[in-house]
Amino acid sequence: MGKITLRNVQKRFGEVAVIPEIDLDIDEGEFVVFVGPSGCGKSTLLRLIAGLEDVSGGVIQIDGVDATTLPPAKRGLAMVFQSYALYPHMSVRRNIAFPLKMAGLPPDEIARKVDAAAKVLNLSAYIDRRPGQLSGGQRQRVAIGRAIVREPKAFLFDEPLSNLDAALRVNMRLEISELHQTLKTTMVYVTHDQVEAMTMADKIVVLNAGRVEQVGSPLELYRTPRNVFVAGFIGSPKMNLIEGAAAAAEGAATIGIRPEHLDISSNAGTWAGTVGISEHLGSDTFLHVHSDHGTLNVRAGGEVGLRHGDRVWLTPQADKLHRFDAKGARII
Amino acid sequence: MATQHSRAAARLMISPAVGVLLIWMIVPLAMTLWFSFQQYNLLYPDRTGFAGWDNYRYFVTDFRFGAAIRNTLVLVLGVLAITTIGGILLALLLDQPFRGQGIVRLLVLAPFFVMPTVSALVWKNMFMNPVNGFFGHIAQAFGAQAGFDFLGQAPLMSVIIMVAWQWLPFATLILLTALQSLDREQIEAAEMDGAGAWSRFVYIVLPHMTRAITVVILIQTIFLLSVYAEILVTTNGGPGTASLNLPFLVYLASIVDNDVGMGAAGGVIAIILANIVAFFLMRAIGKNLET
Ligand SMILES: Nc1ncnc2c1ncn2[C@@H]1O[C@H](COP(=O)(O)OP(=O)(O)OP(=O)(O)O)[C@@H](O)[C@H]1O
Ligand SMILES: [Mg+2]
Repeated sequence: MGKITLRNVQKRFGEVAVIPEIDLDIDEGEFVVFVGPSGCGKSTLLRLIAGLEDVSGGVIQIDGVDATTLPPAKRGLAMVFQSYALYPHMSVRRNIAFPLKMAGLPPDEIARKVDAAAKVLNLSAYIDRRPGQLSGGQRQRVAIGRAIVREPKAFLFDEPLSNLDAALRVNMRLEISELHQTLKTTMVYVTHDQVEAMTMADKIVVLNAGRVEQVGSPLELYRTPRNVFVAGFIGSPKMNLIEGAAAAAEGAATIGIRPEHLDISSNAGTWAGTVGISEHLGSDTFLHVHSDHGTLNVRAGGEVGLRHGDRVWLTPQADKLHRFDAKGARII
Repeated sequence: MATQHSRAAARLMISPAVGVLLIWMIVPLAMTLWFSFQQYNLLYPDRTGFAGWDNYRYFVTDFRFGAAIRNTLVLVLGVLAITTIGGILLALLLDQPFRGQGIVRLLVLAPFFVMPTVSALVWKNMFMNPVNGFFGHIAQAFGAQAGFDFLGQAPLMSVIIMVAWQWLPFATLILLTALQSLDREQIEAAEMDGAGAWSRFVYIVLPHMTRAITVVILIQTIFLLSVYAEILVTTNGGPGTASLNLPFLVYLASIVDNDVGMGAAGGVIAIILANIVAFFLMRAIGKNLET
């Protein structure tokens, strides 16, 4: 249960092809994250899967059954919206019970399931409040509760954490991951936060302008980005991308090296530069080094003794160097 | 927020306006109360002086009083039913995307800008007249001698139709605004939750609109209790007492019967009744306005 397949799926709004053509396989029980810059079509793709938008072409299969023209309710998927989309005039209990009531379940069974969901999500204390009387994190949990009581084939999340503050976001991230471990249901999760993507996903789908740039596990994407876009998008802080003479020396149009794969020394190395701003995080220090190849981001230890204006040399770790051709594709 | 000082200044600044409004309201009310306890009949200018409760007794025991109360209620409730239900339906219709939406919305609003007297006359002469009216013509086209005599046979119903036609745009507009403020994602969430069109309307759309519906009912009730012009230019309260309401009875007493004292008593009774209605309305649905 919970296998979603997209074949040649297209979506146009009038003349604009928001999704030119996408093929995608989401396996049973997988946690798949869609990432990409704003406006690249993540939400649109999710809504196509949910059935809230009609495809302009192609086929969507759920568990091997053609669901392309099925209405949202018949697809057996549950969605958690960015704005939570709770029903403001209903109590938490009635919100969570709503899909069950629509499914025509008997009241005692509804009550049992709602209580169970509320317990799992720590909502029992607020069960009779209205959404307006809850905090952002609690609302988020109600929205998730409304999704899990239906026991759907898959959950769809559209940037569910983007309205929460940083600390709560980390918490909820863990809660959702834990939920996935317990339920083992397929989850499709949209975000533009690549930390969320890296930490939660079994499989990341990197989207750019409606196209799939790469699909793979977080570490695959980190270690072997297929092109410059993925290289620049995955990883924080961003990979250093260098063009020109330094790249030509490696036989590439662009070379990429992650900040953590640059060795820094104050007396010898490949590239010379001066230290600019340094950001001390305690455990790490991120140095912005101005070199002949532009400003390079370097990750050094927390105790590094370098200061603004110091002369330094950088050496890329040869086996961690990424090389890309003129079209931006990875050179193997 | 405001300091003690600025609050005092604010009170001082608005006091002239409050004063004018108070006088504006208090003076006519006081005069009405005063007249209602006086003998004041234009046909008998020599009979003056304190009348006690006589004016009230005459008004309440007038043979038209019972009909007036009944008709007032039927008129208010009838128009409210037509305008809120019709307004919800029209709002749902206008909320759909279609070509020429702007023009249609403007046209729907048009009846509200027509003066009550004018609209009533148009209805009376151009639509409801059994011989020359639009409905009459339709009836004749089907071979009847003359159309249904709306004002003669169903006078109160006819007045209700006219007034409802006038107030429908108001209700539609307010309800449409409420409808447009409904979060699309809530509807989509309900769709995903398996709610069909009817369930979505009952569980999501209607609760979202309760506040707007409350506003429509409250505001309309206040105005509908005092419907007068439409009756004056169409049925004149008749035939008999069939379309007579409370404001019209006050008019008959004070202007036609020339009994200013009794008219004033009727006015005071109308005020009291309106307040009773307002009290119950506020209690029944006013809680929707909270939070
Ligand atoms: N109903 C619509 N009509 C026309 N264009 C639309 C519609 N919905 C989305 N688009 C366009 O489709 C593109 C993709 O939108 P989408 O909402 O999927 O982006 P996104 O990746 O979710 O972005 P974000 O991270 O900002 O949420 C955007 O350029 C947007 O303008
Ligand atoms: Mg989006």
